Amino acid sequence: MHDVAKHDDAKGQYFWVWGALLFLTGVEVWLGYRQIFVPVRMLEVLLMLSVVKSALIIAYFMHLKFETALMRWMLVISVCACFVIMYLFFFPDAGRILRLGVG
Amino acid sequence: MADVVLDHTAASHGAAGQYEAPLFGAYSKKVGMWLFLASDSLTFGALLVAFSYNRLSNPAWPTPFRVESITNASIMTACLLSSSLTMVLAVFAAQRHDRAWTRNWLLATMVFGTAFIVLHGMEWSHLIHEGMTPFGNPWAPTVPQFGGTFFTLTGMHMLHVTIGVIYLGVIALRKWFLPILGAIWLVGFFVIPSDNVFHYGIHVLLVGLIVATVILFLKPKDYDAHDVEVSGLYWHFVDLVWMFIFPLVYLMSTKI
Repeated sequence: MHDVAKHDDAKGQYFWVWGALLFLTGVEVWLGYRQIFVPVRMLEVLLMLSVVKSALIIAYFMHLKFETALMRWMLVISVCACFVIMYLFFFPDAGRILRLGVG
Repeated sequence: MADVVLDHTAASHGAAGQYEAPLFGAYSKKVGMWLFLASDSLTFGALLVAFSYNRLSNPAWPTPFRVESITNASIMTACLLSSSLTMVLAVFAAQRHDRAWTRNWLLATMVFGTAFIVLHGMEWSHLIHEGMTPFGNPWAPTVPQFGGTFFTLTGMHMLHVTIGVIYLGVIALRKWFLPILGAIWLVGFFVIPSDNVFHYGIHVLLVGLIVATVILFLKPKDYDAHDVEVSGLYWHFVDLVWMFIFPLVYLMSTKI
């Protein structure tokens, strides 16, 4: 069961998470300006950074890290499965358009 | 947490079903909010996938976001991230039964959320002034879907942030929030010029006012730490979604 009192004394970790999120946002802005990647690669890199940021938010700010294992896995697996299905349907087609030379 | 402690002897005392075991080790309000957020994430997931699909498959995709827009969007991101921190502090204050600081941190969260909405509204107004509509844009006439996907995605998120601010206002101030919300709606309606889209968009506050009034008068209650935590889940989710919108929409369309 989620008992917030256990991690109430470790309040400092939330400031670290906040700092890490701001830092990662800075990295994203820097990458956006440097444009060192082509759009497809840039999308992948930015998405990876966004996944890391969202994992920090879900685990710490939304306290999912402190919930029961059943709740953690049920939520993560179901939502991830839906996103994988979306990815499988849409992105191969977008890549096909690029490979055909329209892009 | 006392309300979710399972009394295994309930069934033997003829009270079966009255005290059911918490399925996920959490109280029902929290499980309900998590399930809602899981379903809402699919809505945003579909919108984000549609935007990314269009972005990748259109080489002529416009890149209208100059330094000012990216700076503005970065400040908006910082506002949302900071609001998440103040929300966490509000949850901790609520669990300490510190009502004054719970209210203060919730109000701080609302201030950051409102700053986000205002900055986003200014960004929208700027883009509309430059000629961008849901059906076209001045930078790439062959890619009309840029405006549609941009306004749908960011508009849906802005609606969520607005609902979140009203939600937090109800939790923090209860009935006292209703006249404040009504005053903001009236002032906004008369101050925002009629040629600005937010002159009509501000009616969202009126809808929020009606819904909040019905809820507060039908079921008046003193919101406790659980309610603050559940409202925090919603708020963090709004922050989380922006972590995907900011790089995909703004940074992928940066004008160097």
